Amino acid sequence: MEVSITVNGAKHSSEVEPRLLLVHYLREVLGLTGTHVGCDTGYCGACTVIVDGIPIKSCSMLTVQADGCEVRTVEGVANGPELHPVQEGFWECHGLQCGFCTPGMIMSSVALLERNANPSETEIRQGIEGNLCRCTGYHNIVKSVQYAGAKMRGEDPKGASSEVAS
Amino acid sequence: MYPPNFDYVAPTSLDEALAALAGAENTKVLSGGMSLIPLMKMRFVRPTTVVDISRIPGLDDVTDDGDHITIGAMVRHATTASHPLVQEHASALAEAANGTADLLVRNRGTTCGSLALNAVAADQPGAALALNATMHAASVRGTREIAAADFFLDAMTSALAPDEILTKITIPKGGVSTYRKLGRRGGSSDYPIAAAAVWVDVSDGSVSDARIALNGVSSTPYLAVGSAEALVGSDGSADAIASAASHATDGVNVLEDLYATVAFRTHLAGVYVRRALEDVLA
Repeated sequence: MEVSITVNGAKHSSEVEPRLLLVHYLREVLGLTGTHVGCDTGYCGACTVIVDGIPIKSCSMLTVQADGCEVRTVEGVANGPELHPVQEGFWECHGLQCGFCTPGMIMSSVALLERNANPSETEIRQGIEGNLCRCTGYHNIVKSVQYAGAKMRGEDPKGASSEVAS
Repeated sequence: MYPPNFDYVAPTSLDEALAALAGAENTKVLSGGMSLIPLMKMRFVRPTTVVDISRIPGLDDVTDDGDHITIGAMVRHATTASHPLVQEHASALAEAANGTADLLVRNRGTTCGSLALNAVAADQPGAALALNATMHAASVRGTREIAAADFFLDAMTSALAPDEILTKITIPKGGVSTYRKLGRRGGSSDYPIAAAAVWVDVSDGSVSDARIALNGVSSTPYLAVGSAEALVGSDGSADAIASAASHATDGVNVLEDLYATVAFRTHLAGVYVRRALEDVLA
């Protein structure tokens, strides 16, 4: 089937099988391997991308369902060489260890901060509810999102991430 | 993991979708896909034709229709959870939707899809039972209404025929309701180990009507008739609530799995009926 999908601002027209999952379209057809396949069952969220402004699990969506949609992946969040505040937060606050969940975590966090510029710690934890991390215990991920939120609000990000309860 | 091959159609009108379902063998309706796509990947279901109803206009509304509210086939869990009409008139369903899976799944999956699938322990079928929802099914043969009490037949089995689409559900206004669950991870998300959805109508200090549904307790959600009978006509006191809770699993084949023994799950059923009733009768 012919699909037309805008990915990170670039329009792509492709002939795909109906069974091609969106995550495989991104990784194998477009070569955007930043989006990870984790559990492949809909649980872990490593494959999270933003479709028409809403974060979703791309291992559980068909490419044909995204026909006509606007998709954002982790490759599209930075502004050229300048990291997105969420990426910078993960860097500064040690928000990753093995890094496998990180692309999904970043996309959920970007979507969260776009709908809620100043989330509480609870709201951050709810915002990344669909993303599993087996390394960090989430503590530094929450700090990273707080850092990013502060930076995006024009506040001092270094002060924002110190209030997370252990 | 790729699902097996299938033909995919994405009609832009309900009539086209119904014709596609009637015209092919072994079809499945795709709304959000949060259950169907994983089930296809695991080869539990292998449809030859998938009919995607997400491009049909008018199916994604929650509306106020006088004495009831209507939830369309494409209303996603996240909308059901947060919509003011659902929160006001069907709070048990809003709470059940809010506790369904995780945020990313709630952004795609649909309330009607969850009801049509009737997965074991799924949150929203219990709430639909307690709220006395009416299921509106359509096929090329016409439309019909199915009461929630007649809809959830068994695990992964609803009263829908293979060529039917659950186009909407309607929920009567009135009374107060809530949903309480014990999730597998200790919080509200994920399938419940046991859950209770309760609806009560109180007038002049006494419970004039009640429906108490449990999900996650048996292979399909059910109405605990004995619990409701114990409550109706009472003053809703702690004693009346305790009596209602004691009938939560009467005549029911309680599930046993790695999360709970029969004895523990039977205990939990009573606990969650009690907590939910304490909440609505406080």
